[in-house]
Amino acid sequence: MINVNEENNNFSLFPNKKKRYNDYINEIERFTGVTDMTEEHQEHSPPEGELPNNGHRFRIKDCALAALSTGKSAQNLRELREILTTITPDSIYYHFWGALLRPRFDDPLYHNDFAIWSRYGLKDSVLAERLSIIDPADYPDLEDLRAELIEIIEERLDQVEVAPWARTNRQFFFIRSQLVAFDTHHLIHEPRDLADVVPKMSVGSIFLHVIDARRRTENRVDDFQTWIRDCYTGYEDLCRELSVLDPFFSGLSQIRGQLSAIFQSYFRR
Amino acid sequence: MSILKAYAEVAGEDVIDHLQQLTRQMGGTRVVHVNSTRTGGGVAEILNKMVPLMRELGIDTDWEVITGDPDFFQCTKSFHNALQGDAIDIPRHLLDSFERINQEHAAELGKSLGDADIVFIHDPQPAPLLKYIPERKGKWIWRCHIDLSRPYRPVWKYLRGFLEGYDASIFSLPDFAQTLPHPLYLIPPSIDPLSEKNVEMAQDEVVETCARFGIDCNRSIVTQISRYDRFKDPVGVIRAYRMTKKFKPDLQLVLAGGSATDDPEGEQVLQEVRDAAGDDRDIFILMLPSDAHRTINALQRASDVIMQKSLKEGFGLTVTEGLWKGKPVIGGNTGGITLQVIDGHTGFLVDTPEGAALRLRYLLERRELKEEMGVKAREFVREYFLLTRQLRGYLTVMVALLHDIGGRIYAGEERVGSSGIMI
Repeated sequence: MINVNEENNNFSLFPNKKKRYNDYINEIERFTGVTDMTEEHQEHSPPEGELPNNGHRFRIKDCALAALSTGKSAQNLRELREILTTITPDSIYYHFWGALLRPRFDDPLYHNDFAIWSRYGLKDSVLAERLSIIDPADYPDLEDLRAELIEIIEERLDQVEVAPWARTNRQFFFIRSQLVAFDTHHLIHEPRDLADVVPKMSVGSIFLHVIDARRRTENRVDDFQTWIRDCYTGYEDLCRELSVLDPFFSGLSQIRGQLSAIFQSYFRR
Repeated sequence: MSILKAYAEVAGEDVIDHLQQLTRQMGGTRVVHVNSTRTGGGVAEILNKMVPLMRELGIDTDWEVITGDPDFFQCTKSFHNALQGDAIDIPRHLLDSFERINQEHAAELGKSLGDADIVFIHDPQPAPLLKYIPERKGKWIWRCHIDLSRPYRPVWKYLRGFLEGYDASIFSLPDFAQTLPHPLYLIPPSIDPLSEKNVEMAQDEVVETCARFGIDCNRSIVTQISRYDRFKDPVGVIRAYRMTKKFKPDLQLVLAGGSATDDPEGEQVLQEVRDAAGDDRDIFILMLPSDAHRTINALQRASDVIMQKSLKEGFGLTVTEGLWKGKPVIGGNTGGITLQVIDGHTGFLVDTPEGAALRLRYLLERRELKEEMGVKAREFVREYFLLTRQLRGYLTVMVALLHDIGGRIYAGEERVGSSGIMI
């Protein structure tokens, strides 16, 4: 389940079935939603025909996101670019991914804070459209995402004669995030249980296992898929349905509803 | 009924479950809140509910209040105004009183605060306590409830000297935060859904309250609740009402605010409002006492639309209150109003009386959309601006401070190294 990068001793969350799982069991339990199936839970073993590869349960975690001021704000596009070059990656995370844990309604056009500010603060819809198309899951890490942002902004600065400005009360405030994750001590024993459990999950759990997972995991998928793909066989259709869920056009409650519908529909068939 | 159950009924079981999960990460943490009044004002109002809620969650929580002499309160009142931008130089003897009172309270509260795991110091009044309690074992957090976006610099510089030793600060909005040498958390204010001002109310009481003022509940009502202050633009609201009245002749306007004894301009603005209203019998200018919570609750519930056409605003809790009653809000495009009024979803943001009039006409004409917006508005507040959400913010900050201050914290486990290991 967990691959150990021997060079820098970091962990990354992508499946590698060739690795011996047992050596790393404690780390797995800490950092993923997957946990060992110990003897006292053997009664929950999945039925014949869908035996997991290694018999692991899914440990539901939850999180809360704290927002912190960085003390930096931009009044115009040039300032935005300057600050972006040095701002902490936690701030880039917040402005792309944290939006889902904040007050919001559907905005079909702009779903990261940089695009929203370009449109409504700078009134530059060309830039807003270019920034809004960025899918943060396409980038290996936040530094690559930062580079792409700067590239798009510099290109725009080359095109306009005067860097667009925002009104005094519409600056862009750089905020950074601090994610506090914790174990709920609830376990999912087999994929079938997802149909009952997911509708009752908190929005924090949905954020962690669906949104954050897309940034955190090497395959850029939610934790449910990672678990199912690695531990079970025969769920390709379900994983395909989960893969096409686009989380950027919904709030977390809606995402929970969409996931619930997928699981309920699949397991009722 | 237990407090947790009462909040679960309003905020949802999952919200309370989430608070319980977060609380479990804190172990046997002892928390103390300190402010300067037990009754009156927004901070005391919130603490009166938050402290029992924290206790019922299982957190060992105390609430200490510091008191002072007239010089102390004159000094802190001046702080309040200066930190919000008034150029007020505070005489040395008042500052001496401020420091002496804090020193005396530090001697009295030293053991309790020194032993606490987390201490929340609310606003400037008790801020120097940290300096006078050097032997402390816990984390101290300064919770600033006021708008510090453009403070009078000499006063801020003086106060900052007492704040630099804190482990963290909490501000309501990014715009309000000032640079300090520790993490600056952002937690918006909230309303208490079980308070007199927000609790559910029978329609009979709503109608009866309106009748007391001669307001007809069978006709359209637009209401702005705020003190008589130019920044709240009450005259602009009257202009918007007049432009709408031409199309909606049954419309009534309610302007309700408290007396402004501490505001020298208040009387003058009130007179301007009366002059602007003239002899229009459908404009109701109400002066309400500071404890008229149920009256405000009833007026908001009787309204079709809530107006908060401020030209400058901190957070604007009257907006949250209006949204919570399922009313769309037409708000000034400024400050914390923009966080709450999501244009076209929970109401409309406007820059002029003309804009306000247009949106008001629209909402009164398209009743079904107004209702739809009202439903969204209430859900929006349920999710983001109730007391339970503010408490979640506090719990998150506490867990973060107790474990680490990195970008990611896995509570309940040993610290994760900074080498990129994620959850």
